[in-house]
Amino acid sequence: MFSRAYRAAVTVPPLVWVTVFLLIPYLLMFCYSFWSVSMAQTVVHSWTLDNYRELLRVNVYWQTLFRSMWIAARVMLFSLLLGYPLAYYLSFHAARRKDLLYQLVIIPLWVSYLVRAYAWKTILGSDGVLNTLLQYTHLSKHPLEFLLYSPFAVVLTLTHIYTPFTMLPIYASLEHIPRNLVEASHDLGGSPSQTFWRVIFPLSIPGVLAGATFAFVLSLGDFLAPLLLGGPSGIMISNIVVSLFGAAYNWPLGAAISLCMLVLVVGLLFISERLEKKWSFT
Amino acid sequence: MELHMSNDTNSSSGTRWLLVHTVAVFAFLYLPIAVLIVYSFNGEGVGGFPPHNLTFDWYRMLFADAAIWESVGNSVVVALSAVAIALAFGVLAALALDRAQFPGKALFRRLVLLPLILPGIITGLSLLMLFREADVKLSLLTIVLGHGTALISVATTEVFAGLQKLDRAQEEASLDLGASYWQTFWRVTIPNLQLPIIGAALLIFTLSMDEIAVSFFLIGRDNTLPLEIWGRLRRGITPEINAISTIIFVFSLVAIVIWYRLRVRTEGRPAIAELIEAAVQGN
Repeated sequence: MFSRAYRAAVTVPPLVWVTVFLLIPYLLMFCYSFWSVSMAQTVVHSWTLDNYRELLRVNVYWQTLFRSMWIAARVMLFSLLLGYPLAYYLSFHAARRKDLLYQLVIIPLWVSYLVRAYAWKTILGSDGVLNTLLQYTHLSKHPLEFLLYSPFAVVLTLTHIYTPFTMLPIYASLEHIPRNLVEASHDLGGSPSQTFWRVIFPLSIPGVLAGATFAFVLSLGDFLAPLLLGGPSGIMISNIVVSLFGAAYNWPLGAAISLCMLVLVVGLLFISERLEKKWSFT
Repeated sequence: MELHMSNDTNSSSGTRWLLVHTVAVFAFLYLPIAVLIVYSFNGEGVGGFPPHNLTFDWYRMLFADAAIWESVGNSVVVALSAVAIALAFGVLAALALDRAQFPGKALFRRLVLLPLILPGIITGLSLLMLFREADVKLSLLTIVLGHGTALISVATTEVFAGLQKLDRAQEEASLDLGASYWQTFWRVTIPNLQLPIIGAALLIFTLSMDEIAVSFFLIGRDNTLPLEIWGRLRRGITPEINAISTIIFVFSLVAIVIWYRLRVRTEGRPAIAELIEAAVQGN
């Protein structure tokens, strides 16, 4: 029913825009990663594999990438451990308070990411809320210095930020489970734990995958929490990229690292999508 | 619907454990927000327990602080422009995905959704390289282009979901009765998509107001609010940040209530969850 002209009119503008402002920039990042910087600090537009050789040669890049993945994996795990039971409670036990509790999960998302990270800094600092509270209650004589400026602080803050994001898709998938399946399991003599592990949990796996992937990927690329709370031991891969694009002024090397991250993320999305399809029952 | 499993002692202790867990997670989620609000009234500044010398000094300082308010103004301008761009292209993209076949459609869909799931640094840097190669000076305009582009996905996802439920017979009738495509678009299609469009606009506005990872790389001379806050945080802990955050929090609460009412009126479907799933699964 829609004419050719109509279809062209709705297709061409977004296609052009997305090509110019998404596709070309990502391709440009790819190109940059094969370019180099001259002594005069200008970008040389000739092709070389030097940036990738540098990445393979210098251990710091690999170590930092693995540390970032380890931090992201912990954030993902803790977000799941906090988020899944929360989603389960809301979906199966909250009854009339469901809507209210759901909104309570959403509200923290509307408080600036930066401000929440900074609030953790004021809580964890050596003269911060937690340490002065410990001294006030005489639980500790000296401030605990390890709380702030450590990978712990980064994991804690990112877990705080990504728990609601992880919980939401899990909750959505729990809500989609037909309740008569659960009742059937009970009626057929399944214990609560059997019902959970053999009926509910498998049906919620798509939500778990979406939430876990989201938390892992976005914490992997974070550079603000490490800058605010990470200290030297909490440096992540994006911090290296930021410095290569800033003070160190080596855009091509920075682009090569970014491209590795991009490939890693797209690979993870691919795997997650495959698993999601496998576990999707609808 | 609530499930009652209280005839089983094992499960009722399980339920109690679940309740404790839920309360603990909420405490964890709200602790920093509570700290933020309480210490915005603390005379001794940030940190130190218990808080004492309640004061409005930080709010007074804040209202006298021209740089902060200028950045708030910049952020509002950026967010409104981002809403305009993202809606304009997002609505068209949703129509294209719903009604047209074209080569590269699957790739197009993925590409639109990519900025939602990619760490902001990748989108920010790739746009930075584009502007560098095209010799575009960084300014609020480059941030607008960044936000507008990255958030097209929000409008597309919301509007596309709305289109799935739209009855095409109305548009067909309009066309049969002699209305042009242009008239049909403005008088039938758009009014029917009102709620997803308003929902998307609110979401895009709030996301843009808070965005920092992409803006971080595209900033020119003028700061947006998150970047202004960032600059101050780097210099040390400043209590007026607590004050501005508290004010924004109160405004956000109002926005959430409006937004949630809208969602409930459509059907109470958790839009953020759908966005996350769409972003991860690429469809």
